[in-house]
Amino acid sequence: MQLFPCPFCGPRSESEFHFGGDAGNHRPEGFRDVTDGVWAAYLYERNNRRGAASEIWMHMACGEVFRMERDTVNHRVAQSVALGKGGGNDGMAH
Amino acid sequence: MTRHYSAFSLLKEGLRGQKGWQPAWRSPEPKPRYDILVIGGGGHGLATAYYLAKVHDIRNIAVIEKGWLGGGNTGRNTTVVRSNYFFPESTALYDLALRLYETLGRDLNYNIMLSQRGIVTLAHSEAEMEMAARTVNAMQINGTDAELFGPEDVRRVLPLLNVSPEARYPVFGGVWQGRAGTARHDAVAWGYARAADRLGVDIIQSCEVEDFLIEGGRCRGVKTSRGEIRAERTGMVVAGHSSHLAAKAGFRLPITSYALQACVSEPIKPVLDTVVLSPGTGTYASQSDKGELVIGGALDRVPSYGQRGNLPVLEGVVAGLLEMFPSFRQLRLMRQWAGIVDVTPDSSPILGESPLPGLFLNCGWGTGGFKAIPAGGTLLAHLLATGKHHDISRPFDLDRFARGRLIDETAGSGIAH
Repeated sequence: MQLFPCPFCGPRSESEFHFGGDAGNHRPEGFRDVTDGVWAAYLYERNNRRGAASEIWMHMACGEVFRMERDTVNHRVAQSVALGKGGGNDGMAH
Repeated sequence: MTRHYSAFSLLKEGLRGQKGWQPAWRSPEPKPRYDILVIGGGGHGLATAYYLAKVHDIRNIAVIEKGWLGGGNTGRNTTVVRSNYFFPESTALYDLALRLYETLGRDLNYNIMLSQRGIVTLAHSEAEMEMAARTVNAMQINGTDAELFGPEDVRRVLPLLNVSPEARYPVFGGVWQGRAGTARHDAVAWGYARAADRLGVDIIQSCEVEDFLIEGGRCRGVKTSRGEIRAERTGMVVAGHSSHLAAKAGFRLPITSYALQACVSEPIKPVLDTVVLSPGTGTYASQSDKGELVIGGALDRVPSYGQRGNLPVLEGVVAGLLEMFPSFRQLRLMRQWAGIVDVTPDSSPILGESPLPGLFLNCGWGTGGFKAIPAGGTLLAHLLATGKHHDISRPFDLDRFARGRLIDETAGSGIAH
């Protein structure tokens, strides 16, 4: 079992985490200006990188949402940063 | 040299010390130019080349494969073939595959060991029985075989199943598809490879795509570890690595790659003569001709390109199996492995021209590509030969995402992801 680093709780079992998509996939702004293609790209297209990836994850036990830099081939985690602490935003328009 | 496989040729070669067999396929050097190039030597890629040569009479074709034939998901799946989907578009697609599988052994002169032993998808509550009835109705209306099973029917086909009322997931019945079953996965790849090779297709292994040749905004071939190969049209059939190659071609896909794992037990005498799937436990199983129980379940929930499974999912799958079949608890697991599957938002595949003209896609089969190999090959061959969609592949074009016409089998047939 792999341990993922939650910025709030520290290392926890992978089964406690939920994958939230690509970091930096921001919701397009401007209701009328958003074309079908742009909206579909936001909703459906994924980076899905082989190797170094930057992703949004949630630790379901404590609710922390964070950005995790990890390698999708060997699963090594380079970094995890809480979104509120410089990790970026979760891509939603609030 | 003996080429045709039959009882007679087996006898003849047996008497001659097995020395006269022709190799099943050649290993040619890549030519600098082909009419059509297929990237990916798994089942779908080899089937595409076979149907291009057989149906469309195009012979100047190559299949390139970075590893060995059928070494990806074709050799890693649990060999189940079925067409128990919900939407008409899906039934048209998967039942085409199942019908082609039914005659494939004869068509290829290669025993794919198809065994139409039936599949039962269990229902564990009154509500699930309602959904099972809906699925059966949909399948029958869409023109494939389906039967609603009550508890007695389930007990008849699965005598070892735990059907006690105290079971964690009590059995109310299920959906039965009698034409479903299993086929030998390696044989499907090897059979297509042998038949395609005989029609003149160059099958080139250990040849990895490094980049695409893009000229005038069009795909003109690929740069590989064994040099440049040019082609009028290129098909990309690389399953879990589709996004990785798409990035080289300059576009993204609505795909996330996950590890899907499976395992087999030690071989035992026949105990399970059908395929069983339980949405409650998240486990499905069948017994191979060698006697091993072939066990699968849900995806690992961590996007991955590492071809190995994680422990939490394996534990859940095995726990599910033992919940269903308490008598299996003394069995030992013999092997466990994973393949990288290409999951789309609607759990339906992508077939059609890519955003890069001249490059065509066959991907997004997710957890269920093996069952669709003959159809995926037929439809991509049609696209590559004519440049146009077959009626069956049209709904599965990449444009369905921007048009909002998803074929949502995640909801429709309850694919568990």
